Amino acid sequence: MNSFLRSKTWRWMYRNLFSSTLNTSLTFIAVIFLAYYIPALLQWGIFDATISGDDASVCRQINENGDLVDGPGACWTFIKVRMPQFLFGLWYTSNSDEIWRPVLAFLLLAGLFGFLGSGRVDHRLRWKIAIASLIGYPLIAFALLHGSWLGLPVATTSDWGGLTLTLVLSVIGIIVALPIGIVLALARNSTLPVFKTIAVIWIELFRGTPLITILFIASVLLPLFFAEGVDLDKVLRAMVAITIFQSAYTAEAIRGGLAAIPKGQFEAAEALGLGYWRKMIFIVLPQSLKISIPAIVNSFIELYKDTSLVLIIGLLDLLNTVSISARSPEWKGYDAEGFIFAAAVYFIFCYGMSRYSQKLEQRFDTNLAGRRAQQE
Amino acid sequence: MLWTIFNNVTTKLVARGIKTGFSFLEDVAPFSIPLNFSPFWDFELGTSVYWDVFVIGIQNTAIVSALGIPTALLLGILIGILRLSPNWLMRALSSVYIEVFRNTPLLLQLLMWTFAVFPPLFNQLPIASESIVIGSGIVLNNAGIYLPLLVFSNTSWILFGAFSIGTIVLIYRIKHWARKRQFNTGQTFPMFTVSLLIIFVALVVFYFVARSSFMIDLPVKRGLNYSGGMRPPFQLIILWLGLTVYTAAFIAENVRGGIVSVNAGQSEAGMSLGISRMMRLRLIILPQALRVIIPPTISQFLNLIKNSSLAVAIGYPDLTNIWAGIALNQTGQSVIIIAMTIAVYEILSLSIAALTNWYNAKTQITER
Repeated sequence: MNSFLRSKTWRWMYRNLFSSTLNTSLTFIAVIFLAYYIPALLQWGIFDATISGDDASVCRQINENGDLVDGPGACWTFIKVRMPQFLFGLWYTSNSDEIWRPVLAFLLLAGLFGFLGSGRVDHRLRWKIAIASLIGYPLIAFALLHGSWLGLPVATTSDWGGLTLTLVLSVIGIIVALPIGIVLALARNSTLPVFKTIAVIWIELFRGTPLITILFIASVLLPLFFAEGVDLDKVLRAMVAITIFQSAYTAEAIRGGLAAIPKGQFEAAEALGLGYWRKMIFIVLPQSLKISIPAIVNSFIELYKDTSLVLIIGLLDLLNTVSISARSPEWKGYDAEGFIFAAAVYFIFCYGMSRYSQKLEQRFDTNLAGRRAQQE
Repeated sequence: MLWTIFNNVTTKLVARGIKTGFSFLEDVAPFSIPLNFSPFWDFELGTSVYWDVFVIGIQNTAIVSALGIPTALLLGILIGILRLSPNWLMRALSSVYIEVFRNTPLLLQLLMWTFAVFPPLFNQLPIASESIVIGSGIVLNNAGIYLPLLVFSNTSWILFGAFSIGTIVLIYRIKHWARKRQFNTGQTFPMFTVSLLIIFVALVVFYFVARSSFMIDLPVKRGLNYSGGMRPPFQLIILWLGLTVYTAAFIAENVRGGIVSVNAGQSEAGMSLGISRMMRLRLIILPQALRVIIPPTISQFLNLIKNSSLAVAIGYPDLTNIWAGIALNQTGQSVIIIAMTIAVYEILSLSIAALTNWYNAKTQITER
């Protein structure tokens, strides 16, 4: 006993769990809470769960009255069977030979992120590749997913679904919104009243309105803007809505970065005789974009979650695919499993991105003098 | 280009036989409000006009926001403080809470509550004849939850207003006096306890004075089920819960960040002055932390209001659902209806932005 009291474990427990009356009672509350929920959750999710087989019958059982009822545990078979549909949508599920196309597009994206985040890349090369991929990646991804440019079987935008559609919507949203956001941020800081007013109205209008309302606008109002006969498909309308919405948030993130640039930088650029655009492009924006990267990534995480709202206008993104599948006659009643899967996918992406942005923040910290001073 | 757009819009509207203008607001709305939920503004199918639909939409958005903001704030503060507690288990649980609810979409959470979490719980509720009755006013059965309803007459509203103003003035006077006395003599005064006491006494006195002018409508068993009282729809409760849980995760992060942002030296300086832990928190840490906490928290309130538009997905009749959704589909008045919807959200967000700016200006550190 005495040796236990002197052990490291006990010291850690004392400090972290029992240091005061309040602390001890909090420990008991937490333990009771966990003891109540964790076993039930494990029982449902693992011990009683089904994952074998490939139809719903393995998850159901016959009760004492002879009725077919749901089994006591989770039915992960549902997720397993419907996985291709959740990840790639219906078209790619029925054309399973073509699944390599979205997979390749995903891998390219992951590779780009990994490359840009890794420490062994030359600083200038990193920027060049970042800018090239901003323009190049959407084109490559479109060529792969749509297929007509490469002479592959064509999957139109309405054939895209599941996680693929979620990623397409959010990646397009952030990439197209970025240049618009930069222009808006510059316009909002400009001294020309016309540009300033337009930028302020645009930003405040779309930041103050819920995304659903903007999606409604896009699906109802946008067709009115075009002449009769021009048909905009639903995915494109959603993309326009998401891009407009995101541009306002990106603009505010970039404006925050602009505000952080010391006045001396502007003055130095002017003293060198640079005009407005050169001053902005070579001196101010490179510094301010670096500062605003964490804010932009944060707004990207928000956007990634918000793309789920396209469910309301009837697009088959990840969340909608899951919730429709859980309402199909075969898998009716397995909502919890489906939503847990969808939540896990969203969580992995969002949590991963927030970690990634923290890493980028350190990586882009070009305060070389400060770092050298620390090293010495 | 603008001209082309304008031209296209007008041609199409004319082609569809839709007149622009606000006159449609006077037309009778040919549909009923989903869930029939409209506690403060009556809606009658056949006589109520589109204007009523608009007002009810605003009212229902306001109801769920007014319920959600205080609960999200309280839960957020609690989780944020637990996130910094010396207890390892609580710290772990609250960071799991924050990360899980912040990193999954709100819509998914709402669908999860609606389709996966509540139906099994709801199935366990008894039928009307075996209802769970708590106290004399709260009834719970598989048809829903029934709560007592306070019905105020005009006189009781006036009395209530008078009492509220009187209480506020009284507390303010005492606070003024206590400050003056502390300034002169150094003696402190238990202002918080005294204020609570005054509010409590005022409520009791109000109850006895105004007793005859208001009544409490209790749910009573009539026939097979209960009637009377207040019966908040299930969708309202889910939306309230969903918004609270989601927004609280963000507020908790703000609270944690604010407390962490106060330099440890401040706390140490307080310790060396011999100030107790509670007083240190109240007099040294919180005033400095609040400056960091409040602005982003106010913007979370705005997010909560905007997010309440997800009501569409679960069928709660908020502004976006019944106005930008149903009314728009019925009338085809897309331009005006959307402009009115945006105007409401815009007024809200601009006034909240103004509030934040005012607070920031007021609490800015004045440099030497």
